[in-house]
Amino acid sequence: MEIVVLLKQVADTEARVAPTADGLGVSTGDAKKIINPYDEFAVEEALRIKQQLGGSVTILSAGDDKAAEAIRTALAMGADKGVLVNDPAVMASDGLGRAKILAAALKTMAFDLVLAGLRAVDDDSHLVGPAVAELLGIPHVGGVLEVTVENGSVFCLRAADSGQARVKAMLPALLSAQKGLNTPRYASMIGIMQAKKKPLQTLSLADIGISPDSVGPNAAKTITKAFMPLPQRAAGRMIEGGTAQEKAANLAKALKNEAKVI
Amino acid sequence: MSEALYFTKEHQMVRSAVRDFVDRQINPFVDEWEEKGIAPLHELFKKMGDLGFLGIRYDPKYGGMGMDYWAETVFLEEIGRIICGGIPMAIAVQTNMATPAIAEFGSDYLKEKYLAPSIAGNLVAAIAVTEPDAGSDVGAIKTFAKKQGDHYILNGSKTYITNGTQADYLTLLARTSDDPGYHCFSLFVVDTNLPGFFVSKKLDKLGMRSSDTAELYFDNLKIPAQNLIGIEGEGFIHQMQQFQHERFSALPMAYIGAKRMVDQTVEYLKGRVVFGKPLITKQVLRHRIADWLTEIEALKALTYHIVRLKQAGQDATKEISMGKLLAGRLLCQVSDGCLQMHGGLGFMNEMWVSRAYRDSRLIAIGGGANEVMSEVIFRTSGY
Ligand SMILES: Cc1cc2nc3c(=O)[nH]c(=O)nc-3n(C[C@H](O)[C@H](O)[C@H](O)COP(=O)(O)OP(=O)(O)OC[C@H]3O[C@@H](n4cnc5c(N)ncnc54)[C@H](O)[C@@H]3O)c2cc1C
Ligand SMILES: Cc1cc2nc3c(=O)[nH]c(=O)nc-3n(C[C@H](O)[C@H](O)[C@H](O)COP(=O)(O)OP(=O)(O)OC[C@H]3O[C@@H](n4cnc5c(N)ncnc54)[C@H](O)[C@@H]3O)c2cc1C
Repeated sequence: MEIVVLLKQVADTEARVAPTADGLGVSTGDAKKIINPYDEFAVEEALRIKQQLGGSVTILSAGDDKAAEAIRTALAMGADKGVLVNDPAVMASDGLGRAKILAAALKTMAFDLVLAGLRAVDDDSHLVGPAVAELLGIPHVGGVLEVTVENGSVFCLRAADSGQARVKAMLPALLSAQKGLNTPRYASMIGIMQAKKKPLQTLSLADIGISPDSVGPNAAKTITKAFMPLPQRAAGRMIEGGTAQEKAANLAKALKNEAKVI
Repeated sequence: MSEALYFTKEHQMVRSAVRDFVDRQINPFVDEWEEKGIAPLHELFKKMGDLGFLGIRYDPKYGGMGMDYWAETVFLEEIGRIICGGIPMAIAVQTNMATPAIAEFGSDYLKEKYLAPSIAGNLVAAIAVTEPDAGSDVGAIKTFAKKQGDHYILNGSKTYITNGTQADYLTLLARTSDDPGYHCFSLFVVDTNLPGFFVSKKLDKLGMRSSDTAELYFDNLKIPAQNLIGIEGEGFIHQMQQFQHERFSALPMAYIGAKRMVDQTVEYLKGRVVFGKPLITKQVLRHRIADWLTEIEALKALTYHIVRLKQAGQDATKEISMGKLLAGRLLCQVSDGCLQMHGGLGFMNEMWVSRAYRDSRLIAIGGGANEVMSEVIFRTSGY
């Protein structure tokens, strides 16, 4: 099994983010960068499938210089090699642009299965996985909770609106990982030491046959006009009442009539 | 960032791996362990051993990672982020207090039988030097190991032994002859499942409450002769060298711990309004904090200098003793000051700062008290 994992580096989910002064970007300060948590599920699943069926796991990321660290971390978890598409146009592309870049890179590689995260916790567009599958013309199963590979097919359990669905897809296919798929392993010290010896290839857009103007800001299909901070949370309110019963009744009333949650 | 001046990418990966582990596998359980007065070290060390955290600097032949002192420093800095002192101390006993002598002076047999499983997290270690009548004056210990055929017969007692109620073995210093001077002691590995080993009691302490500290005694305990570490009669010297690793481990934990206390206190002062203004606006408090930040930075710089000395294979006894003295004072001063800045709230046990205050107190005493460090510093300064 040749498995490729699409991986994005994002700012730590605990980082304090704020719109930049011009409102057109987001500043994360000097926050720690991490592997997008959903992609971590994808890496873990890839490693488990490889443990079972053999083959190799390649990490593919489109990003900047720093993204190499996220790839190294995935290599330390046990992936075999990394590919980083590093080009100024990458960071300036919207989701679809990034999907084009990843799809083009995948076309230069051999793969039976592609795993991605259901969403990136920074942009939260839920787009890249399905778009890459579409561009490659391969099946996509979104939000997988269980994965079994058998005889050229992949069997998935995925979350559906008010239940779950079992889905079979022919390989090659692209799956996007939902929380609950597995518990990602930690990078071990041995893994960290081995990671530095594993191949990490950096590619430019030219290397994967993409012309710079087909991606980047000018080719973007979506334009973010402004980032805004969340509205300040209103101050808490103490529920009044003379007795516990009265307070509980007032609380229930407030939850029903004002908050409209019950 | 100045980090890159000292640490490689690989070190940074070690850092985030340890940090992740501390965040997910240690910190959420600290309150429970503090309450219980003990932590499940076998379980915890196994998890850490599986990830390779317990043998960062040790020979790969015994499961170690063979990394440098910078990697060890990263590890110690990150366990310094544990939200209490007891757990980092228990871990440092395993990595920096009870095993360095085995690694440096022990036979292959001892390394295979004790070092390798300690690195793997299958055995829990303790270091047993202090006795009821001998702490600072290590040479005054009375526990005696008398050679008899292929055994040593051990009698005596040890006290304040960290990990003492759950350790699988002790790295123990005992007298092996009645001669005066410092060449009449030997260092041993003592299995705690041997007949004649007793835990007299688990001690109740001001701080470091999640760490189990015990008083132990030995009644005609037969130590196999092959459990002698290094050279018979040179145990005191071996232990003095082992102490350097122990004392060093206090340094990163001290400046990281002190910095965390300051950070959290500043957050509190920003929100606490007294006399109509947030406390953080008071210059007297800001300047006190600035003093602490300055000393924290100085301790960190000294620590990095020590790491360079160690990397170059130079003796760092004097500098480590200076660092330990500074660390002991700094932690007392910062924890006391941060508690003070919290007012009455700081005095409440539910506040993190009261735990920090209690735990910090030990660093000026354990592993060589401040006054002992001062003696070493003066003696090694060439006057
Ligand atoms: C929580 C905890 C955990 C510990 N864990 C371990 C462990 O795992 N293994 C182990 O072997 N030991 C352990 N110890 C013991 C620790 O190392 C000793 O407590 C320490 O070395 C001090 O010895 P002492 O308690 O006998 O004090 P003493 O030696 O009695 O000293 C009392 C005071 O006198 C001062 N003093 C001593 N000599 C002089 C001098 N010449 N001039 C001026 N002042 C002097 C000391 O600095 C100290 O302030 C632990 C202690 C504690 C509290
Ligand atoms: C065990 C205990 C028993 C108590 N019993 C009683 C009791 O019986 N009755 C009662 O009424 N109260 C009692 N108290 C409350 C006690 O008097 C207050 O805690 C104390 O006055 C400090 O007030 P605070 O805790 O609000 O601290 P804060 O006023 O918030 O002060 C926090 C810190 O800021 C410092 N600070 C304040 N102003 C300035 C400034 N202008 N410049 C620089 N630094 C400043 C303070 O010195 C302190 O270090 C008790 C407290 C404790 C802990």
